[in-house]
Amino acid sequence: MLTILYDGIAYGMLLFVLACGLSVTLGLMNFINLAHGAFAMAGGYCTVIVVNRFGVPFALGLPIAFLVTALLGGIFERTLYVHVYARSHLDQVLFTIGLVFMAVAAVDYTMGSSQQFVQIPEALQGQFEVAGVGIGKYRLLIIVICGLLTVALQLILAKTRFGSRLRAAVDDQRVARGLGINVGAVFGITFAFGSGLAGLGGALGAEILGLDPTFPLKYMIYFLIVVTVGGTSSITGPFFASILLGIGDVAGKYYVPKLGAFVIYAIMIIVLIWRPQGLFARGAVSR
Amino acid sequence: MSARADEVARYLKRRARWSPLEIAFWIFAFATIWLFPGKYLILKDTAILALFALSLDLILGYAGIISLGQAAFFGLAGYFSGLVAKYGFIDEPVIALVCSGVVAAGLGFVTSFLVLRGSDLTRLMVTLGVSLMLGELANRYSNITGGADGLQGVEIAPVLGLFRFDLFGHNGYVYCLIVLFICFVIARRIIYSPFGLSLRSIKGNNLRAAAIGIPVKWRLVAIYTVAAGFAGIAGALLTQTTAFCSLDVFSFERSADLLLVLIIGGTGYLYGGLIGAVIYKFLQDWIANLTPQYWQFWIGLVLVVIVLIGRERMAGWIGAVRTFFNRLGARFAPRLPALGGAGSEGH
Repeated sequence: MLTILYDGIAYGMLLFVLACGLSVTLGLMNFINLAHGAFAMAGGYCTVIVVNRFGVPFALGLPIAFLVTALLGGIFERTLYVHVYARSHLDQVLFTIGLVFMAVAAVDYTMGSSQQFVQIPEALQGQFEVAGVGIGKYRLLIIVICGLLTVALQLILAKTRFGSRLRAAVDDQRVARGLGINVGAVFGITFAFGSGLAGLGGALGAEILGLDPTFPLKYMIYFLIVVTVGGTSSITGPFFASILLGIGDVAGKYYVPKLGAFVIYAIMIIVLIWRPQGLFARGAVSR
Repeated sequence: MSARADEVARYLKRRARWSPLEIAFWIFAFATIWLFPGKYLILKDTAILALFALSLDLILGYAGIISLGQAAFFGLAGYFSGLVAKYGFIDEPVIALVCSGVVAAGLGFVTSFLVLRGSDLTRLMVTLGVSLMLGELANRYSNITGGADGLQGVEIAPVLGLFRFDLFGHNGYVYCLIVLFICFVIARRIIYSPFGLSLRSIKGNNLRAAAIGIPVKWRLVAIYTVAAGFAGIAGALLTQTTAFCSLDVFSFERSADLLLVLIIGGTGYLYGGLIGAVIYKFLQDWIANLTPQYWQFWIGLVLVVIVLIGRERMAGWIGAVRTFFNRLGARFAPRLPALGGAGSEGH
């Protein structure tokens, strides 16, 4: 029981790191980015390549994944995404689905369609017991890293100048622009950073989520659930949403394995009907 | 007052008249039965896809609801028609087809209330969620649906007791084409009715539409239900003509491809889905011959390029072609006089 809870939390933390970039881009530019999972996949494959092929230590592989994906995200943002911000939601959906299809096929072509594994150091494998609860070392690592990241993100958002600019831009783009905030630049940096986080999540999660070319399609719905249920106005909303989702999914798969993800979709639909703006959204935000 | 109403009625009637180009389109469509005898399988798939795209066009192009879950209705009716045929509840394919459509429309009616709430993103999520949920259910109850192996052992009785589905797909194609045509005529009737005009006004601005007395919510519920029924008929056609139904009828790719089909053809006019289906199937066939495994890449590229170029601009090109043809048609048919002063259809 507690093991399920533990695994669920680890899973949820992972989902949060994967999805928080998406929640910011969605909240900031009202942009529906279905291709977010593709960046996560890029991070995963990047780690696989540097760790397995070039023998870079795993601890170094993670930051590399972050940097490479952030760079990738930044380039894509500046060259492609910029043109699509002002378009209708339908265009955004089409555009990002197109990117997902391309990413899936391109990875399939270059890396093959089989599942990839990252070589994890010996020290992180296996598990130990605390008060009768089996604690996987790797999952503990995930919880620690993701927990630290969450705190760091919250601090950046709440305390730094960049954070306040970002919040201002999310709250009201036009007024923020009027105050001299370069919303485009803020968004570019945030997009790159969010993509980087997704890449890091993909690298960390390759072991748990599995990494194959269909990754962006398989987990797209999960990221979107985190964002829609958590709301886009804060970082705590998506955080709790992903923890809930993680625990719910692990528990659901454990207790009613044949029903698969049915439980998750059902919960999502109920929440969305109950609170269309998200579970943790602040009251009336006019958009 | 009533003279004015008569004038409006007459105008609407004239507007709904079949243009020569349309008639030519359908004559050609039916001529394909004799023109391409070796291509029945792909033609049949195209006809089914066209009907499916038509159903999405009704809600996306005319009512402005973005949906990624049209596969839910397609799949539900597909399984329904397969099951009733397998267990012999309804032997006659046409009756089974109608029943499947009604079942799908029922699901559409129930879920429409969920879809009408919230923003575009919420709609996307709910429609996608519904189809994924159905997919999970079909997987869960594999004793009924056959699970990952698909629904096997379906035997479809001859249509109307006369035409058996043959190996070459001739009867199957003719059957699909006739169903497509009937559904198209119904859709056309709906679109050119005052009801269809009210949908356009809702898409244009739903606040103003409500202000002039259109019951926005119920109109959307109605069109969503009808579209679900059409999608269901398309799904049932697929099951009936292939005598098989598998879990991928619910897949996300199916809904996403459908959006692409409609975008290629253009949203908001009835032939968009049909033309899109033809182009899409042609493209798919061609690319799959070149690179069987990676055709998805090129499909993705097409999507990205279409968006970057801009659908409006492309619609402009298509519009230019259409005005050209209209001018061509005007030589043979008298032109439609505009109504009063402000009679043109608003976009």
